[in-house]
Amino acid sequence: MASQTDVFSPTRAEHLWLRVRPFLLNNGPLLITILVFILGYTLAGLVYPNMQKPQVFFNLFINNASLLIISIGMTFVVLLKGIDLSVASVLALTTIASAVLLKNGMSPALVIPLMLLMGITFGFVMGSIHHYLKVESFIVTLMGSFFARGMGAIISNLSVTINDPFYRALALTQIPIPLIPKAYVYPYSIVAIVLLLVAIYLAFFTRFGRTVYAIGNNEQSAMLMGLPVARTKIIVYSFSGFCSALAGIVFSISLSSGYGYYAPAMEMDAIASVVMGGTLLTGGVGNVIGTLFGVLINGTIISILQFNGTLSSWWTKIAVGVLTLAFIGIQSTFYSRRKRVG
Amino acid sequence: MKKSPFFKQIRESRLFWPVVALGLIFLFDAIYAPDFFKIGVLDGHLYGNLIVVLNDGAPLALVAMGMTLVIATGGVDLSVGAVIAISAAMGAVLINPALGNQLITNDILTANKTNTPLGIIILADLAAGTLCGLWNGFLVSRARIQPMVATLILMVAGRGIAQLITNGQIMTIYYTPYFWFGNGFILGLPVSVYIVGVVLLLATLLVRKTSIGMFIEAVGLNPKSTFYSGINEKNIKLFAYTFCGFCGAIAGLILSSYVKSADANNIGLSYELDAILAVAIGGTSMQGGRFSLSASVVGALVIWAFTLTMYTVGVPADALKAAKALLVLVVILMYSNQARTLLTRLAERKGAQHGIAD
Amino acid sequence: MDDPKVILSAKGITKSFPGVTALEDVDFSLRRGEIHALMGENGAGKSTLIKIITGVEHADRGTLEYDGRQIEVHSPLHAQQIGISTVYQEVNLCTNISVAENIMLGREPQTWFGAIHWRKMNRLAADALHRLGIDIDVTRPLGSYSVAIQQMVAIARSLEISSAQVLILDEPTSSLDVHETRQLFDVMLRLKEQGIGIIFITHFLDQVYQVADRITVLRNGRLVGTYPTEMLPRIQLIASMLGRSSTDLEEVSRVKFHRETTPQNGKLLELHGLGRKGSLEPIDLELRSSEVVGIAGLLGSGRTEMANLIFGIDSPDLGFMTIEEKKVTRFSPLESINAGVGLCPENRKEEGIVGDMTLRENIILALQARLGWFKHLSHARQDEIASHFIQVLGIVTPSADQLVKNLSGGNQQKVILARWLATNPQVLILDEPTRGIDVGAKAEIQRLVLELAEEGKSCIFISSELEEVMRCSHRIVVLRDRKKAAEFPGNVDDETIMKTMAGNL
Repeated sequence: MASQTDVFSPTRAEHLWLRVRPFLLNNGPLLITILVFILGYTLAGLVYPNMQKPQVFFNLFINNASLLIISIGMTFVVLLKGIDLSVASVLALTTIASAVLLKNGMSPALVIPLMLLMGITFGFVMGSIHHYLKVESFIVTLMGSFFARGMGAIISNLSVTINDPFYRALALTQIPIPLIPKAYVYPYSIVAIVLLLVAIYLAFFTRFGRTVYAIGNNEQSAMLMGLPVARTKIIVYSFSGFCSALAGIVFSISLSSGYGYYAPAMEMDAIASVVMGGTLLTGGVGNVIGTLFGVLINGTIISILQFNGTLSSWWTKIAVGVLTLAFIGIQSTFYSRRKRVG
Repeated sequence: MKKSPFFKQIRESRLFWPVVALGLIFLFDAIYAPDFFKIGVLDGHLYGNLIVVLNDGAPLALVAMGMTLVIATGGVDLSVGAVIAISAAMGAVLINPALGNQLITNDILTANKTNTPLGIIILADLAAGTLCGLWNGFLVSRARIQPMVATLILMVAGRGIAQLITNGQIMTIYYTPYFWFGNGFILGLPVSVYIVGVVLLLATLLVRKTSIGMFIEAVGLNPKSTFYSGINEKNIKLFAYTFCGFCGAIAGLILSSYVKSADANNIGLSYELDAILAVAIGGTSMQGGRFSLSASVVGALVIWAFTLTMYTVGVPADALKAAKALLVLVVILMYSNQARTLLTRLAERKGAQHGIAD
Repeated sequence: MDDPKVILSAKGITKSFPGVTALEDVDFSLRRGEIHALMGENGAGKSTLIKIITGVEHADRGTLEYDGRQIEVHSPLHAQQIGISTVYQEVNLCTNISVAENIMLGREPQTWFGAIHWRKMNRLAADALHRLGIDIDVTRPLGSYSVAIQQMVAIARSLEISSAQVLILDEPTSSLDVHETRQLFDVMLRLKEQGIGIIFITHFLDQVYQVADRITVLRNGRLVGTYPTEMLPRIQLIASMLGRSSTDLEEVSRVKFHRETTPQNGKLLELHGLGRKGSLEPIDLELRSSEVVGIAGLLGSGRTEMANLIFGIDSPDLGFMTIEEKKVTRFSPLESINAGVGLCPENRKEEGIVGDMTLRENIILALQARLGWFKHLSHARQDEIASHFIQVLGIVTPSADQLVKNLSGGNQQKVILARWLATNPQVLILDEPTRGIDVGAKAEIQRLVLELAEEGKSCIFISSELEEVMRCSHRIVVLRDRKKAAEFPGNVDDETIMKTMAGNL
């Protein structure tokens, strides 16, 4: 890990400075995020030697798979200058709905597509209300959040165990990490990583992705440039709904149960991860790779608390809040610097 | 079709629509759940669903008042739930006769005693909430962070702070005088109703008998003109957020007194949406501008009347959230200009088609 | 009229907004391969005409023809699809994505799975810019380049994506330096050679004479005329823009002339080299009590910047200002109000009125700001003040509780005047107080200014209408290029002023 920090020897750095400087200014927040993660994790490893075990690192991808998935969806929404407060509730709704459906004997081959479709529909409706009725995104999605929690409770007020063999198998299959002995992840960690790759592809290599950035910067301009603003916005909210449902499936697999009150306030963790990942809440700036590191920082904080044992869980929230504020500060200084240098 | 000016005056009053909404809910109750209106006397005070609406709606009414001013300046405060939790935690900790992590027996903990005089508890509660509001106001007015983001930070960290205060425990309160705020009665009516009344009265006097109200509206309607007129828009915003924090603190006091405990994770949960909804029902535009504190209070009562009505007709407590979401949608549609223009455009198109057909 | 060279023509365009006619029966035509300057002061109707051509607004009457066919433009996007592109001073592109994306997005080359072919796209974008004579790194975000480059990029996009035949440049040079302007002109001339028609809107006369082939002048929503550039000497252009031979003369002439003698009272307000980087060069000015000083200058000459500086909207970074011999140390609107200065801002809608508030509230706003949060004027007192000014200024309104947005422009202006008069100011700065209001209201406002001066107050009177400035002022200061160009007594003739405004002839 530490070797990555000194890629540039001082003399080369001098040579490269002119070329590196604009790159740093453009990607500063992202680099800081990565640096914070590496430093944080390294320090934690020094303080708690148990954290040096490879599996602890891979556990980040196991424990935070669903957070990563909803954070990816959230990143696109935030890039659009919006926010999606419904992700955690849709996730919980998915867990309980799929648990009940599976319990009633429906095949996972039907349940999973159905859940994903539900998530997409959810996002589609919210995105349409947001765009066509010009209702601010946080109000629409807060409403969606209530609706999803309510529906979850209507389906079942109690936690429902999942006994489906397919789900069980997914929950128990360990996928070994090549070259590292005794290290493994679960299939859903792979799903999260694949989704991340898809999201990177979408964001950087398609017209859709670039349009998202354009709209987040200046919706009026994007409209005048002839870009499909309405369609893109609604797709993004639908995608976030899809991610929430997917995260719900992952969640129900990992816990082998469904419950309408799972993941309380997880949307806050997702937003914090996105912000820590260097995505500006004012839209148009940021990227999905940063979100991965935001999620990892979030997971590292929790790991530290677990290994410490005496620190209490609420420090997560405070630390995340403080880091969020700090990153907002870092971003705004970088942003104003970039403008001035430009 | 000429309307009498009296009727017009009523219709243009800010209270008209919220009161109509309340009336509709009551009408529904009168038909489907006549028991709703039953008011009895027990131990010398009134009880019944209407009283419950007033008592349960009180914390929301208070938060809605604060939210009204914030929204009127063109902002929003998402941290009210967290502020409630912090205020409740303050109260519970100060009452707890055994502070900190010291080992204590159960009977000390459950004793009807307090560590701090009640007056100081109240002051500390209010100070904590007001400080939160001040922090939000500072971020919005001085650091120029957009309101949603600025208050989101406290929304994330606030419950953590509340847990930090209570050391992560759900603190049960055994000190009976504290129960008075949420459970007591004066002249047959719940104490909380009087608290709302007094705060509403004082706040209305504060904003309407000084220039603060007008300045808030001016900032929300046209910040630039307001600046050109020599008004310090920063201080106006700071005031609005601070007041919102103050209201959250009182709400936290009443709520923790009502449930006789402080659960940092769950107290005041989702109050931010309810408060925004109450303000919207009260007719204050989400873009800021004209506001009415009493209309927002009626809005809060509408939400609680709706809630209790749903309970009475047998909608389970949890499903209620979904119903509330639909209520938000209806309110959004009612007040949204876009929805209105969309409708008129549809109507026009129909008309145009008719024209062609003719 | 059936000139085959004409690419775009507008005939008999009429457009009114509530309370004001923005355009009346205006004809306009643009030829291929021509740079056509559209001239006029604020409120002349330039921007309304452009908005109609680009589909932002729709004309009440009149027709548009493009390439010989009658067209109806629904939206700016539609205009682009037809072939009419607009580049504004504020570039309508996205600053966070790369230059190449800004040029190509929407028609970008693709590889498999709809992925953007970045290398090809960058090359195409670089080529497009190269054709305009610009060579820059197209992979950097647009925001890292100057406004000039951003404008070129916008031009490149409109040529590349919508193959525009008509290019509208709306005040493109306002924030460009000399070199950048030169660069833009090169591009314009290049496009002209390619047969593209360019509508060029600017307030810099020099630039018009540098590049324009023809000039169309609008004034008060009417067409003054279209002239080949060489047939319209600079002085005549200014005269036609400012309306020397005003048809309104009869209506306005009721205003008395009071400017024979400059009052020799005490100095009220003095500027000593007051300036602000990038907006106003250091300026000296003095104002005596009972005096009206007129500020003449074309759009962009620094007149609004000066007003904002004196009133404390912006803080100066050079020189100092005294009010009644006392040096002003803190610049803010509230400090100015306390010192007895008021400003009726140029942009009435955005900086002046609070449209959704009542007349009464709008009138007492500044007074209340001075009194502070807690010295609240009672409702009765507010009504008293409001009805006093409604009467004195002759504001036409059903009641003091009418929302200001429902009033006509002239009455709105009077409301803002009332707002300042209510604070009983010693100095009143009026920035374009008569813009966009009808003739009758104009005359009333002019008369009011003179009455105020008689009462011992002083005014700084800024207007695009030279005639008006001359009629009302005891002294006239001419601004040019953000500098004070000259100062004249009130009885100077308009020829001299216009020559000064025009600069080097």
